Order: sequence, then C-alpha cells, then structure tokens
Amino acid sequence: MTQPKNRLSEKLLAWFTFFSVWIALYLALVYAPTEKTMGDIQRIFYFHVASAWLGMFAFLVVFVASILYLVKKEFKWDIMAQTSAEIGVIFTTIVLVTGPLWARPIWQTWWSWDPRLTTTLIMWFLYLAYGRIRKAIPEEEKRARYSAIYGILAFTDVPIVFFAIRWWRTMHPGALITSSGVGLAPDMKPAFFLSLIAFTVLYFYLMNKSYRVERLRIELKTLREHFIGDR
Amino acid sequence: MKVVHKLYILLWKELKTESRAKEVLTSMLVFSLLVVTTFGFALELPRDEVGKILPGLIWVTLIFAGLLGLNRSFVAEKQNDCLLGLMLCPIDRSLIYFAKTITNLVLMGIVELVSVPLFFIMFNYPMPQKTGLFLLILALGTYCFIAVGTFLSALAAGTRTSEILLPVLLIPLIIPVLLSAVLVTQHALGSSIAGVSLYLKLLATYAVIFTVLPALLFDYLLEV
Repeated sequence: MTQPKNRLSEKLLAWFTFFSVWIALYLALVYAPTEKTMGDIQRIFYFHVASAWLGMFAFLVVFVASILYLVKKEFKWDIMAQTSAEIGVIFTTIVLVTGPLWARPIWQTWWSWDPRLTTTLIMWFLYLAYGRIRKAIPEEEKRARYSAIYGILAFTDVPIVFFAIRWWRTMHPGALITSSGVGLAPDMKPAFFLSLIAFTVLYFYLMNKSYRVERLRIELKTLREHFIGDR
Repeated sequence: MKVVHKLYILLWKELKTESRAKEVLTSMLVFSLLVVTTFGFALELPRDEVGKILPGLIWVTLIFAGLLGLNRSFVAEKQNDCLLGLMLCPIDRSLIYFAKTITNLVLMGIVELVSVPLFFIMFNYPMPQKTGLFLLILALGTYCFIAVGTFLSALAAGTRTSEILLPVLLIPLIIPVLLSAVLVTQHALGSSIAGVSLYLKLLATYAVIFTVLPALLFDYLLEV
C-alpha cells in the first residue's frame, strides 16, 4: 500500500504537467493572435473552456466512482470520488470567476441567466453540498456510503437542470463560445488544444497526489490506532 | 403479507404519531401563514405586477414550509432508536421510504390547502383561470419536491448537523422542479408561457427518475 517514493510514471506525469502548463501559457498569452473585436480579454477563454471541461470530467469521475463504491465497497473508490469532487469544485470555481471577467466587457454584464451559466452554477452548488456531507459525518464507512449516494443523485440532476433552464430563459450570446473548437482561427488552435491538454494532465497530477495523501492519512490513522490505541 | 398491507401499516403508524403530536403540521402551517403575511407586508405591488411574482412566492413558501416538515421526518425516528426498529421489520426497506413520502405528501397537501388560497386572498388576485392545470402542477411539483426531499431527509438525519445540511443538499437538486413549476403555475394563472407541455414532461421525467433512484438507493442508506 505504501509508496515511499515517487514512481517513475509519477515523475514523468509531474514533468509533463509542468512543461505543458508553461507551453500552454506561452501559446495562450503570447503566440495566439489578439482577437479583433474582443481584444486581449479573449485570451481568458483558453483557460475558461479548459477548466469547464475538467470540472465536468471531474464530476463524471465522482459519479462513476460513487457507483463503484456502492457496488464494491472498496475505500479506494470513495477516496477517488472525494478527491475528484474537490478538484472539480476548484476548476468550476475558476470557470465561474473567469466567465464574468470576460463577460463584463463583452456582454456589458457580469452575469446572465443563460443555460450554460446557470447549469454550471447549480452544479457548483451541488458539489459544494457534496463536500458538506463529507464534513458532517465522522464515521468513515457511513461517510463514504452517504456521499456516494449523493454523488449519484447530484450527477443525475445536472442534465435535468440543463434542460429545464434551456427552455426557461432565452439563449444569450453564450452559445457563440460554446461551439468554439470548430470556429477558431488556425492560429488560436494550438493555444486552445494545448490548454486542454495541460489542464487535463494537471487534473491527473492533482488526482494522483491527493489520492496518495488520502491513502497515507488513512494509513497513519490505522498505525496510530494500533500503537497509541483508539482515540 | 401483501406489500400494500405492509405499506398501509407503516402509513397508519406515521399518521398516528403525527396526529398525536401534531408538532410538525402545526409548525408548517404557522410558518406558511407567517410567510404569506410577511410577503404581503414586504412587497406592496400593483395588481398587474402581482401576477408575475405570485407563482414564485407560492413555490418558495411551499418549499420552505416543506423543509420544516422534512427536517423532522427522519430525525424524529432517531429518538429511542425507532429507525432501528423500523429497519428490523420484515419488509422491503424502500417501503419505509414510500410510507414517509406519502406522509409528507399528506402534510404538504394540508399546508397547500390552507396557504395557497390565502395567497390569492391576501394579494387580492383572481383565482387561477386554468384550475385543472393549476391543481395538476401543484400536485406534480409537490410530489417531485417531496420525493427527493424525503430521501435526502433520511440522508441528512444520519449526519451530525442534519437541520443545517438538508436545505444545502436539497435546494440545488430541486432547482429544475422549482423552475418548471413556477412557469407552469404562471401559465395557469393566465399569462401564456410557451412550452408548458415540455415543462410538464420534464417534471414527469423528474418524478420518475427521483422515485426510482431513491427506491434503489434507500437500501444503501439504511445499512447498519
């Protein structure tokens, strides 16, 4: 169970993350051309879209790991769900901060009740609540079980929220940037795709690290209980 | 014993405890009356403005009043380890969930019977034009809310801070219900909204999903 040193694959992942983030920064901030109408503020989009994609991906991982935990009752799935939810909330927070920063000069408003914005906000609330459950239950087994149940419910809700608000308010210009991958200038494409790659490897790097931290924490606890007695 | 009979016994137990203590229903009723009057004081609106916000007011009031009842729903069972007793009954565990859901629906029904007409009286607004649709959306919306709410109330009851936790868990999950219910209610009150049938379908889908999921997951929730 213990992995005292970083394995080679982890080192490779770390270096790959390091370089790809720097290259993505260079491509997004220097190499990519300045957008004609929006100006430099458009550059935020490279990180905004990448974080949005990872937020969703992280929550999908929570959903799958929650199901696997309930079926198999192995703690590694619970740890995976927990770490992925934490990382997902962080990335979604980045989305919710960078979005308004971009929207203020472009849409003349910080926020609009556009389907995508609203869904993201609700998703953020759902996974904050997921974190609250974990805080509220001290017993490990119960915590794992309860949060797995909520992890399943929360992910099922996201598509419903999306459809509900899609019909609820009219579409805002938000739809323009959503089909972005295709409608990009050729010079912008490297920055866009490298940001995606950089954020994705960053996710896996963070997952790997916090997964191990959690494992070690559990191991430390069992050791302490073994030597000092149950506290 | 047939399933229906088992469910009947559980329901009888639920309603009997409530009819003896009356603590949940009275708090819900008093709370909803208070909210109606508070909104009446706080918002002084001309008649044509009322129609726009009344559906939202009704649903927000119902959800908050419902939260009061849901908070007690499973916490009350923890006294004297009643929940353990229920779990020891030779019944399918999901029946406990359904009995609780039906009880909460009955409580909500009584609250709605009293507070919804009051909204129209206090805000001096004509009764809904499409009465059938209005009653349908009231029933469907309440069912969706209570189906998820009862399940999460069981989940929250297992934590240390259940009263604080339940709203945080529940409200984001029922956003689609709130949105759709408000719009359909608006339509029933007279202002025409596009796509009402879509919202009804969405609510029906939601009702099906969040009846099946809790029934499936309730076993995991009540493991010892």
